Amino acid sequence: MPRAPPLARGPFGLTPDIHMLQIPLWKRVLIWGICALGVLYATPNFFYAQVEQHNDAVAAIDAAGGTATPDQAAARALWPDWLPSEIVNLGLDLRGGAHLLAEVQVEDVYASRIDGMWPLVRDALRDVRDQVGNVRRQPSVPGVLRVAISNPEGMPQALAAVQALAQPVITLTGVGQNDITVTAEGDEIVVQLSEAERVATDSRTIQQSLEIIRRRVDEVGTREPTIQRQGTDRILIQVPGIGSAAELKALIGTTAKLTFNPVVRVTADAGAAPGPRNLLLPAMDEPGTYYVVEETPVVTGEELVDAQPAFDQNNRPAVNFRFNPTGARKFGDYTANNIGKPFAIVLDEEVISAPVIQSHIPGGSGIITGTFSVEESTSLAVLLRAGALPAEMTFLEERTIGPELGQDSIDAGARAAVIGMIAVVCFMVACYGWFGVMANIALAVNIALLFAILSVIGATLTLPGIAGIVLTMGMAVDANVLIYERIREELRQGRPPGRAIEIGFEKALSAITDSNVTAILTALIMFAVGSGPVRGFAVTLGIGIITSMFTAVYVTRLVIHTWMAWRKPKTIVV
Amino acid sequence: MRLRLAPEKTNIDFFKLQFVTFGFSIVLVLLTFLSLAVYGLNLGIDFRGGTTIRTESTLAVDVGDYREALTPLGLGDVAISEVFDPGFAADQHVAMIRIQAQDGAEAVTPEIIASMEAALKAVDPAITFPSVESVGPKVSAELIWQALLAVAAGSFGILAYVWMRFEWQFAVGTVAALLHDVIVTVGVFSFFQLKFDLTIVAALLTILGYSVNDTVVIFDRLRENLAKYKSMPLRDLMNLSANETLSRTLMTALTTLIALTVLLIFGGDVIRGFVFAMLFGVIIGTYSTLYVAKNIVLMLGLNREPKDNKPKSGSEFANIDA
Repeated sequence: MPRAPPLARGPFGLTPDIHMLQIPLWKRVLIWGICALGVLYATPNFFYAQVEQHNDAVAAIDAAGGTATPDQAAARALWPDWLPSEIVNLGLDLRGGAHLLAEVQVEDVYASRIDGMWPLVRDALRDVRDQVGNVRRQPSVPGVLRVAISNPEGMPQALAAVQALAQPVITLTGVGQNDITVTAEGDEIVVQLSEAERVATDSRTIQQSLEIIRRRVDEVGTREPTIQRQGTDRILIQVPGIGSAAELKALIGTTAKLTFNPVVRVTADAGAAPGPRNLLLPAMDEPGTYYVVEETPVVTGEELVDAQPAFDQNNRPAVNFRFNPTGARKFGDYTANNIGKPFAIVLDEEVISAPVIQSHIPGGSGIITGTFSVEESTSLAVLLRAGALPAEMTFLEERTIGPELGQDSIDAGARAAVIGMIAVVCFMVACYGWFGVMANIALAVNIALLFAILSVIGATLTLPGIAGIVLTMGMAVDANVLIYERIREELRQGRPPGRAIEIGFEKALSAITDSNVTAILTALIMFAVGSGPVRGFAVTLGIGIITSMFTAVYVTRLVIHTWMAWRKPKTIVV
Repeated sequence: MRLRLAPEKTNIDFFKLQFVTFGFSIVLVLLTFLSLAVYGLNLGIDFRGGTTIRTESTLAVDVGDYREALTPLGLGDVAISEVFDPGFAADQHVAMIRIQAQDGAEAVTPEIIASMEAALKAVDPAITFPSVESVGPKVSAELIWQALLAVAAGSFGILAYVWMRFEWQFAVGTVAALLHDVIVTVGVFSFFQLKFDLTIVAALLTILGYSVNDTVVIFDRLRENLAKYKSMPLRDLMNLSANETLSRTLMTALTTLIALTVLLIFGGDVIRGFVFAMLFGVIIGTYSTLYVAKNIVLMLGLNREPKDNKPKSGSEFANIDA
């Protein structure tokens, strides 16, 4: 290598005699900027309890409309508002709580839907009695309605009459299909739900179940429950802080009760005496408003068959609903006699809304208007549909983890992480001296970035996840080791330090890329195929690999550059 | 003064004992299948359904007493084992009780758990139940399938990637080495009847990732040397590449082992099986990198005719800067 004459150096410049390529200023700023952001966003996790209290207080103050109790204000002051306050969620195995995997028996709903068809089918066939003769319901499997007619020649008319009851299914895939299929088998008419309707029903059933479970779980006010659909007919429920899975089951098993009650009067007095056979119920959305309603409902939610968000004549958001025939009759009679009076829609002892009856509602369907936003009307429709759990649930998996065990696991994990970190740091220094220190800086940045990303994406940290972090620490130095070993080889071949470092980084990159891409591949597969603990592990491992590549390739390099520019060593020992 | 794991220049002939080492690996794999056939795996509830209860008490655990208390309940197969951990306090006595999946129920009913807890409380009034987990047979069957799928998909993904980046012989060698690692690790779990659950599958997948990482680094060097020394015999080239990267192989294995050993000792008993699997996997993975993957490539042979359309090694990434 010929020696170039020294050139003037800028504040960040390097003398060319150490043969290093310059790193442009913008790149240095970007790299240090990312590191600084990483440290900033990782910081809240080291003050976990404080930040958590702060976040809870902020949420509570928001919910209360901006007014803070002294306790809340004190909790909020535990952490400055201007600092990031995202922290990693702790998984159930670390925090303690209950986990349930429930399977919703969606077929239950088919059976009740089909049972509900029978009175309609009977009435429809009664209208064409001249052609079809007598009508008798035959025993059948659940979900299938079999009706025998005494005059088989009238079958085409019978089919047509029943067919007329069908309604189009409106789904993304099933437009144009009817909700029931009607076929003839001998002298029997067979009615069952169409494939499109089953799919639509399943999805509605799961959505209702999810909504009900969410309401139930929210009542106990626990922090960050996970309630999500899994696959076609399963629901995963994870509730931190609850005593046991049995308790959780009891909680969600209680049916939501929906009733329509006549309103006696409205009051602002929480202690008002409702009077005999009346109930005093709070309004759900308006704090401080109470309704006195008659104890006996006009109709109950069991008689409601559907509710959908809609718009009224004035184009304001509203909710359409429909009762079954019995409910429709009761509702029709009541509305005919009580025009201009309010009636209350009561869900679990709370008045959702108390619309005024505008007119006689004969057909069993009606519209609830009020001062709704579109979101409110949508959620009211869901709540109305979500009266009771629409179908039975079987629990496939239950786990209870006590909070003490979770705390033990956190302690053990944190202890292992700290000791592991110290051990790796010492080992690196022992093997690579000053270069080991620089690798350790990169390792520290790596851990900070890992926590920052986990916090910002709201990932959940589980015990295998902690193991993933500890393992990442061990493997993160691999990229540095590859580079350093390569630099050593180049130095042995007599290259000057700057050049050896450049070549070391260049040549190691191919191996770093190949080995990390395969590792990321396995992390992705674990995430895609795995569940529970496997996923938690895959997330930390995958993010750890990405951050460790960044720190090894960019941060270590920048640190070495800066050091070289500062000390300008004639020789280096790696 | 630097700590050196390997001398600056090594000249180990990794093929000197190739039949012994390769034979040793084959024997290990065969022993695994034998062990699986004879002992099977000690599957956790994730994979065979059932319920585990973790008990904790200030009084010493008497497995016999626990068993006697639970026998009258007629729960079928009951396994009780005491758990030890250096992190436990002096008066912290922990046991795990496992019962089989009950007939006719997916997850265990709250009544059964309540009756078990009551029975144990009668024996040991100070007992508490930090965790109760129950998995139904339906889910556990799916989880087994999922686990196999994960390992298969992982291997296949690696096979495809290594094939794409190197030659097919390398891909076969890599996958053979990592399947060897996974199979032998499963063998250890079978032979010592260690509990095999979902977290062990995560560990196996990590072993896949680690083992391939290790193998690929040597292959990467081999590819570079293939271009550099066109006339050197393949066997010598492989030895050269392995020797050149030996220091790195040992360094990385050792840092990872340090981290894992710390986890094994201080990480608590809940993840001990998981950490043990990884620890063992890293050791066997390092071994297979040096003694299995290369042997297979050597057996398959490489077509060393120059190919014009192949980019020179490293050239794709040669123009990076920080």
